[in-house]
Amino acid sequence: MRAEWIIESLLRAAALASASVSVLIFAFMAYLGYPLVEKGQLGNLFTRPWLPDQGLYGIYPMIVGTLWIASLALLFGFPLSLGYAALIQLTTDRKNAFSRFLRKVAEIMTGIPTVVYGFVGIFLLVPFIRRWLGGGSGMCILSAALLLAVVISPTMILFFTDSFARVPREHLRAVDALGGRPAQKLLYVVLPRSLRGIGCGLVLAFGRAMGDTLIALMVAGNAVAVPGSVSDSARTLTAHIALVTAADFDSLEFRTLFACGLVLYFMTTLTVTTVGVLGRRGEARRP
Amino acid sequence: MRKSIRNVKWILPVMVVLTAFFIAGPLQAGDLDAFRDLSGTLKISGGTAHIPVIKEAAKRIMRLAPKIRITIAGGGSGVGIKQVGEGLVDIGNSGRKPTPEEIAKYNLTLFKWAVDGVAAVVNPRNPVRSLTAQQLRDIFAGRIDNWKAVGGPDRKIDLYTRDKASGTRAVFWKKALAKGSISPKANFVISNGAMKAAVAGDPGAIGYVSVGYIDDSVAPVALDGVAPTLATVKNGCYPVARGLYSNTRGEPRGLTRAFIDYLFSAEGQRIAADKGFIPVR
Repeated sequence: MRAEWIIESLLRAAALASASVSVLIFAFMAYLGYPLVEKGQLGNLFTRPWLPDQGLYGIYPMIVGTLWIASLALLFGFPLSLGYAALIQLTTDRKNAFSRFLRKVAEIMTGIPTVVYGFVGIFLLVPFIRRWLGGGSGMCILSAALLLAVVISPTMILFFTDSFARVPREHLRAVDALGGRPAQKLLYVVLPRSLRGIGCGLVLAFGRAMGDTLIALMVAGNAVAVPGSVSDSARTLTAHIALVTAADFDSLEFRTLFACGLVLYFMTTLTVTTVGVLGRRGEARRP
Repeated sequence: MRKSIRNVKWILPVMVVLTAFFIAGPLQAGDLDAFRDLSGTLKISGGTAHIPVIKEAAKRIMRLAPKIRITIAGGGSGVGIKQVGEGLVDIGNSGRKPTPEEIAKYNLTLFKWAVDGVAAVVNPRNPVRSLTAQQLRDIFAGRIDNWKAVGGPDRKIDLYTRDKASGTRAVFWKKALAKGSISPKANFVISNGAMKAAVAGDPGAIGYVSVGYIDDSVAPVALDGVAPTLATVKNGCYPVARGLYSNTRGEPRGLTRAFIDYLFSAEGQRIAADKGFIPVR
């Protein structure tokens, strides 16, 4: 009884510690970013361009860049991942080895460091995009989004596969009994039953795309202008933080990094909350 | 069995050669003698222009004295100054002279062991080899955005620049662009090496690198008729030049001191010259 109490309080302490870390990080960023509010820069922050030489530290271009790149990556990655997961699901029944192989590949892909993708991107994708667009540097939103799509796909694939696997076997057998083909089974039973899982996978992948630093830093070009098209060079919030960290600690320029951190923090919180809400609703609906 | 015998026969001469190398290495070392009895870790970071020289020096030192570990990181001059000031590294390199505030704040000791030019570079396929200072400023400010306007092909100009931590940027901005603006549309790369790779791959590119980094993959651009070469940088005709500094917090001691001394030794200065910089001695 006593041992149980000790274990329980130990676990509680561990949980509290890890939860307080994220709260503390938030407080830390808010505290260090506060001088911006004091100096009346907060409004400028979200509307003005980034021109440190003229005392303008707007991060609006980076917010736009982040959203562009993450959304496009999702747009490219989603159909691919859905197809991949569907293939795993379709082959599960007949040839087990093949679907296991597919799943293994996706699992391995999650483990590859993004810098490897970035490196490959610089030497293969960027020149290709440059030729394809017929000009420009090739370092642009499109390149970064294509590469990020590859990075976030495994997350989606595994998430989708798991939610497909949660569809009750009886339903699948019923389709077989009715003489339904595998494609019909997928389209009319598996997909509608896993909509929530697909939603969660999408939101998580979006979060991952927003949080990635290296891909954008290496292939998006990092220009500070607001991007007007997918062939423009753009900078993400994460890449911006990586590029400006060398600025003087006491400068306003450095302070704005905390604003970037806060924006990222809010975006991530929003993502996680969405997943939570989606997941809970999914459970409630399932009797 | 037979196979393993053959293997042994093959391995023996290789071992002899390798041993010869290891013995020969220390034998020819003169300026490296100071490291023979030293051990420990030396952390270096900062300016990316310095890296080829620092790397070669570290390689020679570690080959002679295996107990010494030298780690080399980039980051840019700003990072180098900041990290050495905060005691994160032993030597912080900078491709610009640290500001008086930085020197006072961190109690830095500066060692300028080479001089380096910063040259505008274009892709070798681009025929433009010479620009006036005004043209260069207009190009980087975004006022000229096609190579046609400066005698090149009808192609959009892709600008490449470095982040604020870069000493190369600081010098180029001050001495070549006369502190003019740099277009917000410019792409940012994170090191001299990345700049070279980017310009080498993009036919419409213009960027700037340390003269030590120039090879066949990029073409240097003459500024007001003066080509950026070792000779013109040395005699002062090419104005965009800077010292390469290695900075320490306070007076360097032990391994750090030995490393700095080595950079100033005949051998160290020869490495600097080999890598395309102008030795100070």
